Amino acid sequence: MGSLFRSEPMCLAQLFLQSGTAYECLSALGEKGLVQFRDLNQNVSSFQRKFVGEVKRCEELERILAYLVQEINRADIPLPEGETSPPAPPLKQVLEMQEQLQKLEVELREVTKNKEKLRKNLLELIEYTHMLRVTKTFVKRNVEFEPTYEEFPPLERESLLDYNSMQRLGAKLGFVSGLIQQGKVEAFEKMLWRVCKGYTIVTYAELDEPLEDPETGEVIKWYVFLISFWGEQIGHKVKKICDCYHCHVYPYPNTAEERREIQEGLNTRIQDLYTVLHKTEDYLRQVLCKAAESVYSRVIQVKKMKAIYHMLNMCSFDVTNKCLIAEVWCPEADLHNLRRALEDGSIMRMFFNGRYILLLMGLFSVYTGLIYNDCFSKSVNLFGSGWNVSAMYSSSHSLGEQKEMVLWNDSVVRHNKVLQLDPSIPGVFQGPYPLGIDPIWNLATNRLTFLNSFKMKMSVILGIIHMTFGVVLGIFNHLHFRKKFNIYLVSIPELLFMLCIFGYLIFMIIYKWLVFSAETSRVAPSILIEFINMFLFPASETKGLYTGQEHVQRLLLVITALSVPVLFLGKPLFLWWLHNGRSCFGVSRSGYTLIRKDSEEEVSLLGSQDIEEGNRQMDDGCREMTCEEFNFGEILMTQAIHSIEYCLGCISNTASYLRLWALSLAHAQLSDVLWAMLMRVGLRVDTTYGVLLLLPVIALFAVLTIFILLIMEGLSAFLHAIRLHWVEFQNKFYVGAGTKFVPFSFSLLASKFSNDDLA
Amino acid sequence: MTAHSFALPVIIFTTFWGLIGIAGPWLVPKGPNRGVIITMLVATAVCCYLFWLITILAQLNPLFGPQLKNETIWYVRFLWE
Repeated sequence: MGSLFRSEPMCLAQLFLQSGTAYECLSALGEKGLVQFRDLNQNVSSFQRKFVGEVKRCEELERILAYLVQEINRADIPLPEGETSPPAPPLKQVLEMQEQLQKLEVELREVTKNKEKLRKNLLELIEYTHMLRVTKTFVKRNVEFEPTYEEFPPLERESLLDYNSMQRLGAKLGFVSGLIQQGKVEAFEKMLWRVCKGYTIVTYAELDEPLEDPETGEVIKWYVFLISFWGEQIGHKVKKICDCYHCHVYPYPNTAEERREIQEGLNTRIQDLYTVLHKTEDYLRQVLCKAAESVYSRVIQVKKMKAIYHMLNMCSFDVTNKCLIAEVWCPEADLHNLRRALEDGSIMRMFFNGRYILLLMGLFSVYTGLIYNDCFSKSVNLFGSGWNVSAMYSSSHSLGEQKEMVLWNDSVVRHNKVLQLDPSIPGVFQGPYPLGIDPIWNLATNRLTFLNSFKMKMSVILGIIHMTFGVVLGIFNHLHFRKKFNIYLVSIPELLFMLCIFGYLIFMIIYKWLVFSAETSRVAPSILIEFINMFLFPASETKGLYTGQEHVQRLLLVITALSVPVLFLGKPLFLWWLHNGRSCFGVSRSGYTLIRKDSEEEVSLLGSQDIEEGNRQMDDGCREMTCEEFNFGEILMTQAIHSIEYCLGCISNTASYLRLWALSLAHAQLSDVLWAMLMRVGLRVDTTYGVLLLLPVIALFAVLTIFILLIMEGLSAFLHAIRLHWVEFQNKFYVGAGTKFVPFSFSLLASKFSNDDLA
Repeated sequence: MTAHSFALPVIIFTTFWGLIGIAGPWLVPKGPNRGVIITMLVATAVCCYLFWLITILAQLNPLFGPQLKNETIWYVRFLWE
């Protein structure tokens, strides 16, 4: 139960796991997330631990799976992510999985490599075809060739034009043809001119479609060029320059027939390559699709396996008993479940989860509806209203009583749109409705005036009681942590502060309800004004609620004013006094304090019961002295902050409880709107069309009621109630300090695909 | 139009919630949930009783009455009384 007031009590347990079953046990523990493992092998490097080989194997599998996922993503195959997370694989399956995955990887790599080779080949053939096609036009065109170089001497120009004449001269004509990238064309030309000095003719043309470069895979523009040269030396130079500029050179056919033959051969080869490439791609896709089905669950399984081996590495191996010893932190409340998890690994029963809280909230909502007398914005008249309308008529009273009373008769009622009942007239109000709000208020036009006052006061009363209860619970915490001085120096001043101001407010509210009635309503003072005046000491004397009010209020203010400095300074001064060996008041127990500076653990190991019984007076705050330094400034600051937070928080938190009123009002108004705008409209229409209209109206009413009022407002009420608990209530006592619990749990591993995990 | 006493509802409800909140915890069977069930019973009894008590106290001595439309007055007079 202490976990309601402060952080969860934990215990340190030792697990003895048999080597054979250790893996399965840890798998069961990981599924539940019950325990945090302590590392018993901290001095051992990660390469020397017992299960390092298994961890390496898991990493190898992870690498293969990452490669698979990459390939699958590259091929744009959808990767299904499973609904449930599969458990870690049993050891016998692991070898099988490893073999499968390795085979798959090898196959994939081979097929991909082949595919790449084929593609490269295909591209080269395509380039060759283009080149042949374009250079054909060069040769035809060369007859009417317009030289691009002005530098050519006219004599040589003419002779260059005529290949036949050159051949007659006996010079050997050579051709180099190929493709070059667009960006390099100019530089290539210039280089050729500079080196070969006019002994070459370069013709080039741009290819219309951009082609893919077989090496880099980029799609760029190519230029087909044809270099004709004379002489062998020039030929070598030209070839070297082509190499430098990374041109793709292809053999140039000398005759037209050769060209035709080559072209035909190329075409058939290209067709064949296309078919083969298609088949390869299909096969690859098939393989990847098949792998994609199980990749997700494999990834999860491998992750879990690796996590289990990491944890096993933290356990120490007991050679004599041939078992693994693990030290774990576990919440005390879960020890039972831990034992059961190790025995049979079934799912832990949860006693109170969300659906029970919502059920209880629903039941309380029904009760609240009874009390507020609000059912779909209508009131239920179970016991008969306590307000009597007939008593307002003059006919109900004898003539003697009628003096000084404003009474009604039929004409008054007919001529006044609204009339207010007066409770001071005898017989009008006949007693409070026994269960909840009187149903007549639902018919009244000033309903909200009454309800608002009632609900606000109720919220404040409930809030102050809740917070006072919180401060009282803090006393239990102080007793648990054996710091009794906190009760006198912190809890009691807090209680006094709260009760003297806000407890008095509750008193005033209830006093006004009980004492003031309709006859005295004219002199009934406003609680708010009285409360404010309590602090302001106004010059004018107001009537007040009761006699002696000023004295009582002054006394309460004095008590409050005294408790504030105690709250601020009491604890730090007390601890400082203790630290100085209690020397101030002539009590010298320095001997004891020296001994008592031992750590808590040693004391508990020495059989703490006896020591504590004997030194009960030393308990107060001696544990504070476990550390040698006593930082007075820090303690003072902490306490000052706590006190300011508490005092200012009292006021703001009390106001925060007014959300109970606000939500109630909003919900009631929403309900009223649904009634007035929907159901009443449907019910008002006469029977001929009424039935037809009423059906959709009821449907709409039901849908809106369920979705807005039940679900939305219900969850909103749930949320605000939890907020009031966690902030306003637990601020007064909850201590959630300690070390964060990080359990070994598979659910903490990412269950989605993320490349960072796999990489 | 019905005269309501104050004492009778107080006695009834105090005994009712008192039974739940004070006598109930003694009847909870021993088991791991005993603490939570007792907390639930006491918290429910206290909250519900307080809620009802505040409501009836707020209506004990009303300082003003409901303001009704004349049609409502006519209706209430002839149907309820």
